[in-house]
Amino acid sequence: MEILVASAVGVLTAAGIYLILRRRSFPVILGLSLLSYAVNVFLFATGRLMSGAPPILNKYEEVAYTDPLPQALVLTAIVISFGMTAVVVMIALGAFLSSRDDSINLSEDGTAAGDDA
Amino acid sequence: MSLFLIAALPFLGAVFPALLIRAGRNASASAAGLTTLLAFVGLMLHAPAVLRGDVIQAQFDWLPGLGLNANFFLDGLGFLFASLILGIGLLIILYARFYLSREDPMGNFYTYLLLFQGAMVGIVTSDNILLLLIFWELTSLSSFLLIGFWKHLPEGRQGARMALTVTGAGGLAMIGGMLILGNIAGSYDLTVILSSKEAIQASPLYLPALILILIGAFTKSAQFPFHFWLPHAMAAPTPVSAYLHSATMVKAGLFLLARLWPVLAGTPEWFYIVATTGLITMVLGAIIALFKDDLKALLAFSTVSHLGLITMLLGFGTKFAAVAAVFHIINHATFKAALFMSAGIVDHEAHTRDIKRLGGLRHLMPITFAIATVAALSMAGIPPFNGFLSKEMMLEETVHTAWGGSAYLVPGLALIGALFSAAYSFRYIVHVFLGPKRSDYPAKPHDPGVGMWLAPAFLVGLVILIGLFSAKIVGPLVATAAGAVIGGEKLPYYSLKLWHGFTPALYMSIVAVAGGAVLLMLHKPLARMWDNAPRPEAKVIFEALIAALTRLARTITDGLHNGAMPRYAAIMIAFTVALSFYAYQSGTLAAPTRTLQDVGLIPILGWASLLIATGFMVAMHRNRLLALVLIGVVGLVVSMGFNYLSAPDLALTQISVEVVTIILMLLALNFMPKETPIESSAGARLRDISIASVAGLGVGGLIYALMTRDFIGETISGFHLENSYKGGGGTNVVNVILVDFRGFDTFGEIIVLGIAALVIFALTEAVLGTRVRAYLLNRKPDLPQAGDSHPMMMVVATRVMMPLALMVAAYIFFRGHNLPGGGFIAGLIAAIAIIMQYMASGFAWATERQRYPYHAIIGSGVLIAAATGLGSWFSGTPFLTSAFGYIHWAPLEEFEWATAALFDLGVFLAVVGAVLLALESLSRFAWQPGANTDHAMDINPARDDVAKTENEG
Repeated sequence: MEILVASAVGVLTAAGIYLILRRRSFPVILGLSLLSYAVNVFLFATGRLMSGAPPILNKYEEVAYTDPLPQALVLTAIVISFGMTAVVVMIALGAFLSSRDDSINLSEDGTAAGDDA
Repeated sequence: MSLFLIAALPFLGAVFPALLIRAGRNASASAAGLTTLLAFVGLMLHAPAVLRGDVIQAQFDWLPGLGLNANFFLDGLGFLFASLILGIGLLIILYARFYLSREDPMGNFYTYLLLFQGAMVGIVTSDNILLLLIFWELTSLSSFLLIGFWKHLPEGRQGARMALTVTGAGGLAMIGGMLILGNIAGSYDLTVILSSKEAIQASPLYLPALILILIGAFTKSAQFPFHFWLPHAMAAPTPVSAYLHSATMVKAGLFLLARLWPVLAGTPEWFYIVATTGLITMVLGAIIALFKDDLKALLAFSTVSHLGLITMLLGFGTKFAAVAAVFHIINHATFKAALFMSAGIVDHEAHTRDIKRLGGLRHLMPITFAIATVAALSMAGIPPFNGFLSKEMMLEETVHTAWGGSAYLVPGLALIGALFSAAYSFRYIVHVFLGPKRSDYPAKPHDPGVGMWLAPAFLVGLVILIGLFSAKIVGPLVATAAGAVIGGEKLPYYSLKLWHGFTPALYMSIVAVAGGAVLLMLHKPLARMWDNAPRPEAKVIFEALIAALTRLARTITDGLHNGAMPRYAAIMIAFTVALSFYAYQSGTLAAPTRTLQDVGLIPILGWASLLIATGFMVAMHRNRLLALVLIGVVGLVVSMGFNYLSAPDLALTQISVEVVTIILMLLALNFMPKETPIESSAGARLRDISIASVAGLGVGGLIYALMTRDFIGETISGFHLENSYKGGGGTNVVNVILVDFRGFDTFGEIIVLGIAALVIFALTEAVLGTRVRAYLLNRKPDLPQAGDSHPMMMVVATRVMMPLALMVAAYIFFRGHNLPGGGFIAGLIAAIAIIMQYMASGFAWATERQRYPYHAIIGSGVLIAAATGLGSWFSGTPFLTSAFGYIHWAPLEEFEWATAALFDLGVFLAVVGAVLLALESLSRFAWQPGANTDHAMDINPARDDVAKTENEG
């Protein structure tokens, strides 16, 4: 199981970073999303893996529980990364609509490349 | 009055002049004056206690973890400076009321002045060096505003910039010195530092700390070689010069030297650095002052010279010199402020400050003449005025000071300084007021109204009174202040009187005065020589230095930042990877301690689909719509993985966030190109692939290493599991952590989420306010549109699902405390239910039915959460302590109530509001005039008009 999770985190990270290194805003946003998955799973996995032991207390018998703390951290992280993605999408969209260009590089004079304004 | 209040009053009062300027200039000036007067009276109430030798204290632990305490104390030295700052401040406020013209924004002026005053009072009353540093920087900033007050004058702007650069750089050095000092003493409280002289002087870091602190003090007090900013700061309005550059700001450096005298002084390093700098500054300033034709420049260099004199006295390190320094601080403040004001009067009435164009004003401005003469004679060191007394003491002390084995060097140079000082003082009188009346003044000079000469006249009165009855008037003040400087030790024998008998100092004084008169007679040929002599121009050097620094910074910045964002990202990632590799190489990795978990078929299937989806997505990312679908698959597998690995809450959250995110991106994609062009070369792609692969390998390896090893020590998770039910009343530990144990974090998170939504809203407003709006309105969709934009099946289905979805949200919300669920997830589900209505029935239809603006929902969520948190104060427990209990109403089952549920309601509302505000903002881009339909469905069998129009058509 650990190998699966670790390789998934690695692949997600690699894919996310590759997309972040692209030159248009949309792939960069996708890359950020992939990287968010990777980071969230990474944080979650720091609590060590366990299946069938959710941290829901059982009042009647003694059972094992997985680590609840990383879960709580990741839960808010997921919601916050939605907020972040939404803001980035908004910025990218505003930039594209203003300059009709979604390249993220700056040209020599400091404006977005291909800006016809 | 509490010291807190005295220090805070100018800051509090700073609001009023700017506000009251609408009620007239008198109202504005009165507000400033009353504030200062109040603080001054408050200070004077402490006078009896301070003069008795008491130290007034006010303490408040601000950031004790950093050693930053808002501690204030008032001893003799602080009292002396505070009374100078507030007392002369009061006179300046009066003077400025009549000096500034109708065109000057007087409200701003007084506001800046009070801010500066507050910062100065803060410096002299701080008992914590970190606090002192804050006030120190505040004086630099507020004096920048004051010096550059006449924004239309380029000299004013340049002078302000130069002053800020020099004093700011000095302040930076001083921060370093102060931190070292605090470290040696083990405390940042001045009272502690002042009592650890031995430890500080024995420390190997004494010299670096000393030099750094001295750089701060010397830049502020315009000591050589940092003296050049002060004359350029004379572009400020004269009240500013009179206040900042005679009595307050430039004395801040001296104050610091005096304040730290007990711990820093007495070593050879101190003597040679401080006394020598002071001596050079004194002589150099005095010589330059004689050859300046601008009245204020003359006074500026004389100030530089006198500051040098005081610095030198403090540098001597003897107790007698300290007394003389304190006494001269008082005297210099009185006569120099009066001189600046008289120069301002001449400028104001004659419309020029150029000595070459003045002369003979004695007959036209008799009052100004009297004031200027007394003050200048005091500056020259003529009895019976106060300047004579302290200059005598200075000369007396130099006679007993040997420099590097030479007994004549210091007294000789001091004599030269005194000589030139007398010469320029005489010049101020002779070349401006005496001589024949001229006919070519730029304006018709006459004495100003009483409002303008009252303040300098008062100061001149002090000059005379202190000169005649010094022991009675300032004796106790000098004694307590000097006592504070020398660290509470016994004061040496001294007497403040005019006649000391035939001492060496007296002969030196006579030589200085006579020589000064001779120099003045020779002024014309001397000035010609001076003008022909080559000398370095400080301003040119300074500007060349700044230009070189700017060039260097620009070269580095432009070299690193060429605008290629992917390059920055690549460098950052590669660097991080390299750093991690170094850490991995240099550290040790223990052997795995955990056995691997078994893998079933389903996890392998999930893993394979995740990998395939990710791979396809990267390969096909140029087709943006397809990429979006594939990223949905990835999100789905991740949430299933969470569920499989005992994190049902995470699975629920992930899957609902997934839905919202995909809708959001689809909306955005609607306006963007659907394809990504190929731009990077194969080589660049190969480079990116290798960076990404190495990073992925590293992250994967790291988490694998983590997962196969146990925790090094006990984690706090056990505490949460144990206390979740007992202390938080819930069995879903994750939820209890969110709303109870770490409720404060969650509170912060919903605020952040709300802010993000508001940012999106604001961005939308901003973008739609530009020409983009016209583009959007006329935009033709680039993909074929569905013929049926609001299909009946979808409208009906979403309408039916709405109550069901909301019911699910409610269910998820209420069970959250004990079973997977809670405010976050319920909020997302409710938001999705509402978004469905937007999607099915259209933006216009949905907006019409929306009763509460989403901003208000976010706000109420945050407020409810905050109110729940505050509620715990009423039971005397800290913020966000939760309470819970059980209720049993027959025939219902026993159920639980918890304040945490109320907090969770706040979370719920904030999430609903934030998600909907974000999506609503985005969908506003799509609005086009024709899109507004009265009907939620395009085809509705129950509607007649459709059939009618179809029949007609």
